[in-house]
Amino acid sequence: MTYITKPVARHPKMRHNALGLEPRDYEGSMSTLCAGCGHDSVTAALVQAFFEMDVEPHRVVKLSGIGCSSKTPAYFVKEAHGFNAVHGRMPSIAAGANAANRDLLYVGISGDGDSLSIGLGQLCHAIRRNIDMLYLLENNGVYGLTKGQFSASADVGSVSKKGEVNRNGPIDPVSVALALGATFVARSFSGDKKQLVPILKAGLAHSGFAFVDIISPCVTFNDHEGSTKSYAHTRTHMYEVVETDFVPLRREITAEYGHGDVHAVTMHDGSVVHFRKVAEDYDPTDRGAALEHIADVRKRGEVPTGLLYLEETGEDMHGFENTVEGPLVELPYEDLCPGSGALAELQKEWW
Amino acid sequence: MRRSTAPAPPWRGFLSDPWDRKGAPITGARGTQQGMEPTNTRDPQYYHRVVDCQWACPAHTDVPQYIRLIAQGRYTDAYMLNRESNVFPGILGRTCDRPCEPACRRERVDGKPVAICRLKRVAADLRESVRHRLPEIPEVKNGRKIALIGGGPASLTVANDLMPLGYECVLYEKLDKLGGLMLTNIPAFRLPARVLQEEIAFITDMGVDVRLNTPVNSLKALLEEGYDAVFVGVGAPRGKNLELPGRYDTDRIHIGIDWLESIAFQHIDSVGERVLVIGVGNTAMDCCRAAKRLGGTDVKVMARRGRKDFKASDWELEDAEGETVEILEYHAPKEFVVEDGVLKGMKFDIVEWYEDDEGKQRARPLEEVLIPCDDVVLAIGQDNAFPWIERDMGIEFNQWDMPVVDRGTMQCSLPGVFFGGDAAWGPENIIWAVEHGHQAAISIHNHCQGIPLTERPPFGMNLVTQKMGIHEWSYSNDYNPASRTPMRYVDLEERLRSIGTEAELGFNVEETAREVQRCLNCDIQTDFAANLCIECDACIDVCPLHCLTITDNGEEDDLRQRLTAPAENLAQLIFVSEDLPQTHRVMVKDEDLCVHCGLCAERCPTAAWDMKKSDLLIPYAGHETWPTLATV
Repeated sequence: MTYITKPVARHPKMRHNALGLEPRDYEGSMSTLCAGCGHDSVTAALVQAFFEMDVEPHRVVKLSGIGCSSKTPAYFVKEAHGFNAVHGRMPSIAAGANAANRDLLYVGISGDGDSLSIGLGQLCHAIRRNIDMLYLLENNGVYGLTKGQFSASADVGSVSKKGEVNRNGPIDPVSVALALGATFVARSFSGDKKQLVPILKAGLAHSGFAFVDIISPCVTFNDHEGSTKSYAHTRTHMYEVVETDFVPLRREITAEYGHGDVHAVTMHDGSVVHFRKVAEDYDPTDRGAALEHIADVRKRGEVPTGLLYLEETGEDMHGFENTVEGPLVELPYEDLCPGSGALAELQKEWW
Repeated sequence: MRRSTAPAPPWRGFLSDPWDRKGAPITGARGTQQGMEPTNTRDPQYYHRVVDCQWACPAHTDVPQYIRLIAQGRYTDAYMLNRESNVFPGILGRTCDRPCEPACRRERVDGKPVAICRLKRVAADLRESVRHRLPEIPEVKNGRKIALIGGGPASLTVANDLMPLGYECVLYEKLDKLGGLMLTNIPAFRLPARVLQEEIAFITDMGVDVRLNTPVNSLKALLEEGYDAVFVGVGAPRGKNLELPGRYDTDRIHIGIDWLESIAFQHIDSVGERVLVIGVGNTAMDCCRAAKRLGGTDVKVMARRGRKDFKASDWELEDAEGETVEILEYHAPKEFVVEDGVLKGMKFDIVEWYEDDEGKQRARPLEEVLIPCDDVVLAIGQDNAFPWIERDMGIEFNQWDMPVVDRGTMQCSLPGVFFGGDAAWGPENIIWAVEHGHQAAISIHNHCQGIPLTERPPFGMNLVTQKMGIHEWSYSNDYNPASRTPMRYVDLEERLRSIGTEAELGFNVEETAREVQRCLNCDIQTDFAANLCIECDACIDVCPLHCLTITDNGEEDDLRQRLTAPAENLAQLIFVSEDLPQTHRVMVKDEDLCVHCGLCAERCPTAAWDMKKSDLLIPYAGHETWPTLATV
C-alpha cells in the first residue's frame, strides 16, 4: 500500500459534469489493495460511471461484505452512504435498506468468495426479489485475503501459485444469475474499461437487480501462467459476445454503427442501451438462447463477455411486495405509525 | 544592462545549435504512418526537457537537486552545485531574471512557481566557506595566454573555466572595480557589494591577471601582444537617448545606466523630489527605486504602452510599486519643458493603441498633459558600441553595426576572437552571459588545441532508481499543497533611508523549509519499461493529474487528443512507449502536469514504472567525456 495521500493537485482543465463535479470528486480514500489489483480498476470504472451519469454522491449507497473486493467501497464516492456487512450477507442489508428508501442508488460490491461460497444463498434470493441495485462480483478465482486458495469460481485445471491443480468444477455466476431469472446479466474485465464503463452505466440505469460479473485478476496470487483468471489469460480468451453502448436520457444519440446488427433497449428511466452483436444470432433479450450460447463459448475455453442479457420489466421487489411509493422517511408520522387501533385492526386477520 | 524577460527558448538541441529558438524535437518521437516512434528517454535531452527549470535556465542549473540539498540543510553543497553551472549563486540568487520560474511546473499546477531564485540566495547566505572546494589551479601553466576584455559576468566565467586548465588569463577592465554591469547597473539595495566582491574574488584569486583602469582602445594592438585567443565581454554600455525638444537645455535629464553607474561610484547621492523615469523595463525599475532612496518623494514611471506589454518582470514591478512608485500607462513622451535652464516638467501625449490595416500596433494621441518634475531618467534601452575594434582587421559587422558571432561557438569571423554576454547579440541578462562564457571557454579550449570548434563535448546523463524499499523512495514524494512563500522586506521607511540597505530580507529557516517542499522533484523521472507492463491500468487509475493513457498508437496531433486528459500544452512533450506486450497498444504520458509523486510506480505491480533520478551531465571546457550509466 501507499503511504502518501493522493496529491490534492488537480488537472486545471479537467472536464466537469452537469453537477459541476470532476471525476476526482467521486474518489474515496487511497486504496490499500495490492499494487495492480483488478479491483482498483473496477473502482476507477465506477468513478467514471458515476461522474458521467451525473450522480449526486449523497444519493449513493455502497454495500459490501467481506474480502478484498468488499474493501473497495472505501475507495470511491467518499460522500456516499456505506455499509460493510457480515461475510456474504450484504444482499440482506441491501434488501432492507432498499425496502426503507427506494429513492437511493444501491451499489453492492462483492467477490467470488463472498457471493459464490458463504453468500451464494443470499445472492440467489437477491436475484429472485429483483432488488433494485447494481451488484458487482469482482471475480478473481482465489481467496486473496487468505493467501490464494482456490475459490468457487476457479476453473477446472487452473493452477494455483504453489502449483496445485484445481479439480472442483466452478460455479459460473453468470449462468446462475440467468437461470434464477435475473433481469440484467453482464460479464466484463477490469482491464477493459471501454467495455466495463458502459455496462456499469446501464446497470445503474436498470430498474431491478443488475448483476455484473467482472474478471478482476488477483495480481498477487492468481496472475501467473496456468491461471485462468490472469490478465494475460483473460485478454487472450475473452470473447465479446455483444458490444454495449449506453445513451443517457437527455443526450442526443450520436453514435454511429458502421456494421453489425444494432438492437436498442429502452430503460425504465428513458435512457437507451444499444447492442451491437458481435456473435452471429446472439439475442441479449432471449434468456434461453443466452444461456445456451454462453455454455457453448465456455466449452471452447473462452470467456463470454458483454451485457449478456437485459430485460426491462420495471417490476422489482417493491412491485412484488406492493409497498408504498417513496422512501419511508418521507411518510407522514401518522401513516408510518398509525397507532395501536390500526394495529389491533390488522391483527384481527389472525384471530 | 537591460535584463530582458524574454521567455526561455521552447526548443534547444545543443548539438546542432544551442540557442535555436525553433529547432527540431530532440526525441525520437515523430510521426510515421503507424503512429509515433517510441520515445528515446536515453537521449539526455528528453529528461532534461522534463526538468522545466533546468531546461529554461540558459546555464542548465540543476535546480531540483540543489533545492533538495537545501532541504537537507546542505547549504554549502547546494551552493557548490549552483556554482558549477551558474558561477555566481549569491549574485544570481538576488538579481537573476529567473527564466526558470515562469517555466516551473508548479505554476501550471497551482498557479505560482517555486521561489527558485530566493532559495538559491538561501544556499549562498547560509553556506560555510567554500574556498577549499574551489578548483585547484595548476602551478605549471599550459603556455596559452587569453585576453578577456571587460570585467563582467561573461569574461569572469571564461576565466573561471579556463584557469583550472592551466591557462593564463589577462582581464582588462576600464573602471577601477570588476563586475561590469552587475556592479554599475544593479543598485546596492538589490545586490550588496560584499556578495558581488566575494564571488568575483573566487575567480580572480585563481590567479587572473586583472588590469583595472585599462580600457582597450585598439583590438588590433591587443592582438599584436601575442594572445592565443581574445574574449570580448564588454556589455552593451551605451544607454539610449530620447531626442525631444528641450533635451539639451538642462543637466537634469539623465541616461539611466550612466546615472546608476554614477550612483554606484557615489558620484551622485541626491535627486530632486519629483522624478520621472521614462521606460518600463527592469532598468527603469532600478532607476525609480534608486530615485526613491536619493530623495525622490514623487517618483513616476512613464510607460507608452499598457501593463501587459511592460518589459519589466512582474516581481520587479511589484517591488517598485511596493515602494510607492507610481506607474503611468499610455503616456508617450513629447517634450521636455525647460524654463531659464530649469527643468519644469515634461509634456506627454496620452495615447490609445490600435491596430492599423497591416496589423501593426499604432498609438493615437488623445490629449496632451504636462507632468511637472525636477529630474528625468531615461531607461529606454541600451546599444552596443565597438569604436575600439578596427573595421579592417577581419571582423565582420552586420547592418546594425554588431559583430557577426556564431551562436554555437561564440566566435566572430576572425578566428580566435570570441564574444559573449551583452556584447555578442545585445542586451540579455546575467545568466545568459554566464552561459556564453561557458561556451566561449569550450571554444577557446578547442581553438588552442587545434580541435574544430564544432566538435563540442556532448551532454551526458546518469539515470538511477530512487527505490529504497516497498513504496519508499529516496526523495520526498508527498505533494505539499503549500502556497508560495512571499518575500519579506526591510520596513519601508528604513529601506528608503539608505541606498546600501538590502531591501529583501531573504528566507529564514522556517520559510526555506516550507518553500523547498513545493518543489515537484521533476528530475525524479517516471521511467517506463514497456516489456514489463501487464496493462492492469493501476497507474492510469491512480495518477492524480490524469497524465497516463494506454491507447492505440497514432499521429501526435491525434494521439494528444485521445488521452485521458487532452495534452494541449504543445510546449510539453508526450512520452510514447514501445508496443505493450499483451495488446500492442502504447503507454502514453503527457509530461505537462506530472507532479512526480511516484504513485504510478507505487501502484505498478511489475515495476514497469520506476522513479529514476536523471542527472544531466553538462559539458564544460576540459571535460573530455562523461562517465554515464545510461546508454546514450
